[in-house]
Amino acid sequence: MSAVQPATSYDCIVIGGGHNGLVCAAYLARAGRSVLVLEAAAQVGGAAVTHEFAPDYRVSACAHILHQMSAQLIDELALEAHGLRFATTQMPTSALSPDGDSILFGPTGLSGSARLSPRDADAYPRFIERLDRFARLLGSILEQEPPRLGTTEWSDRAALLGLGWRVRRLGRRDMRELLRIGAMNVYDLLQEQFESPLLQGALGLDAVLGTNFGPRSPGTVLTLLYRLAAQSGAGPRALSQPLGGMGAVCDALARAAAAAGATIRTDAAVARVLVENDSACGVLLESGERVAGQAVISSADPKTTLLQLLGAEHLDTGFVRKVSHLRTNGLTAKLHLALDSAPKFTGQDAAALGGRLLVAPSLDYIERAFNHSKYGEYSAAPAIEITVPTVRDPALAPAGGHVISAIVQYAPYALHDGWEAGRERMADQVIEVLERYAPGLRSQVRACELLTPLDIERKFRITGGHWHHAELAFDQFFMLRPVPGAAQYRTPLPGLYLCGAGSHPGGGVMGTAGRNAARHVLAKAS
Amino acid sequence: MHDESQRPPHYLQPLLPTPFHPRARALSQLDSFVPWSGYTTVDVFTTVEQEYFAIRNAATLYDLTPMVKYRVAGRDAARYLNRLVTRDVARLKLNRVCYCVWCDDQGHVIDDGTIFRLGESEYRLCTAERQIDWLLDSARGFEVTVTEVTEQIAALALQGPTSCAILKQLGLVGVEQLKPFEVGEFVADQLHVTVSRTGFTGDLGYELWVAPGDALRLWDTLMTRGQSRGIRPIGSRALNLARIEAGFLAPNVDFLSAERTLRFGSSRSPFELGLGWLVDFGKGHFTGRRALLEEQRRGPHRQLVGLDIDGNKPAVNALLYADRAGRKEVGSVSSAMWSPTCKRNLALAMVDAPHIDVGSVVWAEIYLNRELVWERRMCRARVVDRPFFAPDRRRATPPADV
Repeated sequence: MSAVQPATSYDCIVIGGGHNGLVCAAYLARAGRSVLVLEAAAQVGGAAVTHEFAPDYRVSACAHILHQMSAQLIDELALEAHGLRFATTQMPTSALSPDGDSILFGPTGLSGSARLSPRDADAYPRFIERLDRFARLLGSILEQEPPRLGTTEWSDRAALLGLGWRVRRLGRRDMRELLRIGAMNVYDLLQEQFESPLLQGALGLDAVLGTNFGPRSPGTVLTLLYRLAAQSGAGPRALSQPLGGMGAVCDALARAAAAAGATIRTDAAVARVLVENDSACGVLLESGERVAGQAVISSADPKTTLLQLLGAEHLDTGFVRKVSHLRTNGLTAKLHLALDSAPKFTGQDAAALGGRLLVAPSLDYIERAFNHSKYGEYSAAPAIEITVPTVRDPALAPAGGHVISAIVQYAPYALHDGWEAGRERMADQVIEVLERYAPGLRSQVRACELLTPLDIERKFRITGGHWHHAELAFDQFFMLRPVPGAAQYRTPLPGLYLCGAGSHPGGGVMGTAGRNAARHVLAKAS
Repeated sequence: MHDESQRPPHYLQPLLPTPFHPRARALSQLDSFVPWSGYTTVDVFTTVEQEYFAIRNAATLYDLTPMVKYRVAGRDAARYLNRLVTRDVARLKLNRVCYCVWCDDQGHVIDDGTIFRLGESEYRLCTAERQIDWLLDSARGFEVTVTEVTEQIAALALQGPTSCAILKQLGLVGVEQLKPFEVGEFVADQLHVTVSRTGFTGDLGYELWVAPGDALRLWDTLMTRGQSRGIRPIGSRALNLARIEAGFLAPNVDFLSAERTLRFGSSRSPFELGLGWLVDFGKGHFTGRRALLEEQRRGPHRQLVGLDIDGNKPAVNALLYADRAGRKEVGSVSSAMWSPTCKRNLALAMVDAPHIDVGSVVWAEIYLNRELVWERRMCRARVVDRPFFAPDRRRATPPADV
């Protein structure tokens, strides 16, 4: 950390040293503010860390592919100068089927052993082109502070008009299509566009990864577009694997923030936000230490920030009601396997093994997996996104060893029988499913870790263990995120701001919420 | 009569009888009952006039069991109530009662009511409307329990100049020492009664709180012992006249709960209701505080005021104008009466700024039905101070022995 004189009062205190907190701190420090970042854990990164889950086996603890961080942000903060390297970028995606065939989604289009009908082969590029146009439109609002509804302020009206104008500028055909599909579910959309269940399943999985949705849930075209939007903002570095795992991104962010003058303290858990004269004036650490600050900016999830750290007593009942109704339970588990040798996925060559492997052979398969979760059960046959990060980054495992990192849909936050009993059973179940695609896998496993939403909640202090802090759905999106009254990064309490994934544009290792929040705080003060 | 097994199922009897119902039914001459918060209650026993004059000249019994009552208890009870209502409850001493309002996030009134401090950290909140959802949502983050106790308490209002004398005659030793807004526990003839010197009439009066099983005994004793002092039961109509004279607001008449309004602009802030004196910005945060600060900074657009209107025809539902010609509408009347005691034509009305200061003059458009022939009058109305009627006896401690 840079040698800043120990200050007792800061312009800005950032709660949480996850990627959004660090991004926010870096931008604030670059603008000349004195900034203190307080991270509860022993290392920065929040949920975007690389952790050792078995002796000498390391893996990205949650998200394992960087596909949403905008190229602009990486360049502005000079993350590559601060040590960020990529093991690979533009990773290919293979959609696996139980019979060994697969479709390979590459930068140039579809290939692979599975037979695609001429109709699908013809429809796919046009479908993707059109979605990309919509995604670019959506992408333009990701970096925008959401306007407020029902105000008389010119800036709010201008923002709404601007949004309307951008929709209109799509042209009549595209605008009509966007309005038609915008609120649809991805199941219906893919059914009308494609014939191949394997193709449908792969595209459908992208729409529901990390959400509480099945393909038939309303709003899943939005989540698909959202993913594509962030991906298109990431440019050539989309779908990349940071060298050293996701923790490397936050390490680079921390170096960028420190270089700009921010002070970063780890093992410094915040207990309360301090309030004086109806304004945030600093924080109280769990150690009992008090730190004064003009602005307190929290990257913790909205429930933690507003209901735990601040406390309902400083907020209005109606607002507290809205915050507590926020849907924050995660439905995604993470499986880590330490292997003594390279896994052999049927029909997949080394190149494919270095990319994403999807177990989602059809939309119905995903929907069936989702059904269990509605009743407090984990999926009997889950949909899975697999990476083998050691293919491109062997240093994550001992020589010859490999790591499987798998995002598993679905695992409810509150398992009917409780996770103490269920964790091992589910891990076993997932390995059994994986073995259908990679025969002999079980015998290669040396260690195994399953992080359920409950584990993610405890480990990373995220209420409900949702990767996006709050569900990404129409009613929790843009000017409704996390709730009206706090959707512009400021909270009802003057001096307290939100900069985490619970704010627009949301989660994933994107950092845009942190960047937008910093811009808001700076505009407010100037 | 409180045997649950003998009650028909609730869907066959949507209105419940109160514990006093057998007596009320027997004394009702007009069979004029009205629903109130799920109970059937008397509108008029004999005539409105008889009952009204008993409030001002003798003593009256009014069954207020249907008033919604919540028990608020726990370590954070005072902090909880302070975050709920606009007034500083931390200053409420043991065995004291205060009138208060509470607001939504926009600073618009949800309800008004009274808070009784019955223990170190035990309170009773009396409200017009049921609102357990709002009260429980407000409890998030506080160590407090909120329980509805409406059915567990029978309540009678004993109001009028002879009310104290009747209680003394009952044997409630020291009841005359109760100050306005004070509560005390009394035992007379093995009857446990909680007495608060509160009421909705603006007169000398008390509210009596007993277990439902003791309700009829309390009623019978009061009616017998109070006979020589002119006691009589009254219904809601007579009480309504007394409360207008006292300048009190009636929910759903003078304002609507912000939780129930549908149209933008139909809910009201405490400032708009002329209850700005209940808002304490210095006590820390409460729901609606930030919105109310903003409103105070902006200044009032309209306010509920008292009107003294020329003539003697009640200005019921009258529209108000800035000029006699009726070209510019500036408000409307929500409650109106000819006051027999004040000998004034009174009204409570919502009036637009700048016609809200005492001394302002507006014009009321009053329609008269003179033997089926309608006439329209424009009457001068002056904005005056409330309460309209405030006799010294309502505050005198001990009250005069009459």
